[in-house]
Amino acid sequence: MIASSSDAQTSRVWQVLEAVPDPEIPVLSIVDLGIVREVAWQDDCLLVSITPTYSGCPAAEFIRNQVGSALADAGFETATVSEVLTPAWTTDWISEAGREKLRQYGIAPPEKATGRRGLFAPELTIHCPRCDSRRTECVSEFGSTPCKAHYRCLDCLEPFDYFKCL
Amino acid sequence: MTTCDQKDLFTYVLRLGDSGLVLGQRLSEWVGKAPMLEEEMALANMALDMVGQARNFLSYAGEVEGRGRGEDALAMHRDVGSFSNLLLVEQPNRDFAYTMVRQYFYASFAERLFEQLQHSADSRLAGIAAKAVKECRYHARHSGLWLVRLGDGTEESHQRVARALEDLWPYTGELFEMDEVDRRLLEAGVAADVQAMRTEWREALNQVLVEARLPLPSDEIWMHSGGRIGRHSEHLGHLLATMQILPRSYPDANW
Repeated sequence: MIASSSDAQTSRVWQVLEAVPDPEIPVLSIVDLGIVREVAWQDDCLLVSITPTYSGCPAAEFIRNQVGSALADAGFETATVSEVLTPAWTTDWISEAGREKLRQYGIAPPEKATGRRGLFAPELTIHCPRCDSRRTECVSEFGSTPCKAHYRCLDCLEPFDYFKCL
Repeated sequence: MTTCDQKDLFTYVLRLGDSGLVLGQRLSEWVGKAPMLEEEMALANMALDMVGQARNFLSYAGEVEGRGRGEDALAMHRDVGSFSNLLLVEQPNRDFAYTMVRQYFYASFAERLFEQLQHSADSRLAGIAAKAVKECRYHARHSGLWLVRLGDGTEESHQRVARALEDLWPYTGELFEMDEVDRRLLEAGVAADVQAMRTEWREALNQVLVEARLPLPSDEIWMHSGGRIGRHSEHLGHLLATMQILPRSYPDANW
């Protein structure tokens, strides 16, 4: 395959991947989430590498299957979708567009690079995704999916999810 | 691929996988009966992290062993004597205080262990550890905050967490044990030096206990040992019976 057509093919692949939603937060694509690590060609074979958000993410296998069938539908029948663990996923890889989509969806996007918080570190200030108030409280450090915590706004009183920082 | 004995590496990775698996199974026993909805989510989430880490370790152990055993064969078709998890993680849930003390002891240890292992000369082990360290750090924070809340809570919560501390403390010595396998792999740059982590782990614990108004356990106490070489308490067999019954009854069952 000559370079120019390969480049065109690669950007087609990224377009296909950008249309694959995260099954638990469908407003985000897997590209927004930052879990697509590589699109590469080995001879004429397409290799796509995906990394899980959490070691035990129950959606990981489902996502790989979704990616495989989306690529097949777009004509890349022989694509290989593999899982890579290194480097470990971090919420810092969520794109700016992804963070904005999260906010509009009612999920507070993760703070940047605060995942190393120790036991007695001060509480984070999380803005309410609905009214932007800073007066919010953590209800539970674990929420509806492995990647979220449960918060409540003390001004508009709405409960909301906070995307845990990892 | 690093230059170390593959049998040692298998033993080492299997131990890590077994501890994750057994603790994950213990935590999942809470599903459907946690004291409140938020903790139901937390316990199940932590269980999921532990099982996820175990899957990564056990898959790798199977590859290192090279006898065709995958994660499922290792998890579901071995008996008590072949399990090499820490005795701490097989101890029963009893009440919420026990579960949180056990979780804090393990997570605060695992956080330090994986912190070091992410720099292992074995790149596969390093990759698994780099993911696991973030999860264990979160668990240590969560369970540590519960220790404070329970210890500095009501008379009953204080009593319960104090009893859990006293009962589980003798299982913490094993966390920092190193045998020949560990030493050889440490030499090869593969394993972590857990002995060297003990002081820091203890200091972090003391900080939590002071905050929780709980007594500091004595170092001059006899410690249990043997889980890592397959000598277990009576509790593990019961746990395995529950965990393994389906694949044991229907060995070829598939989703």
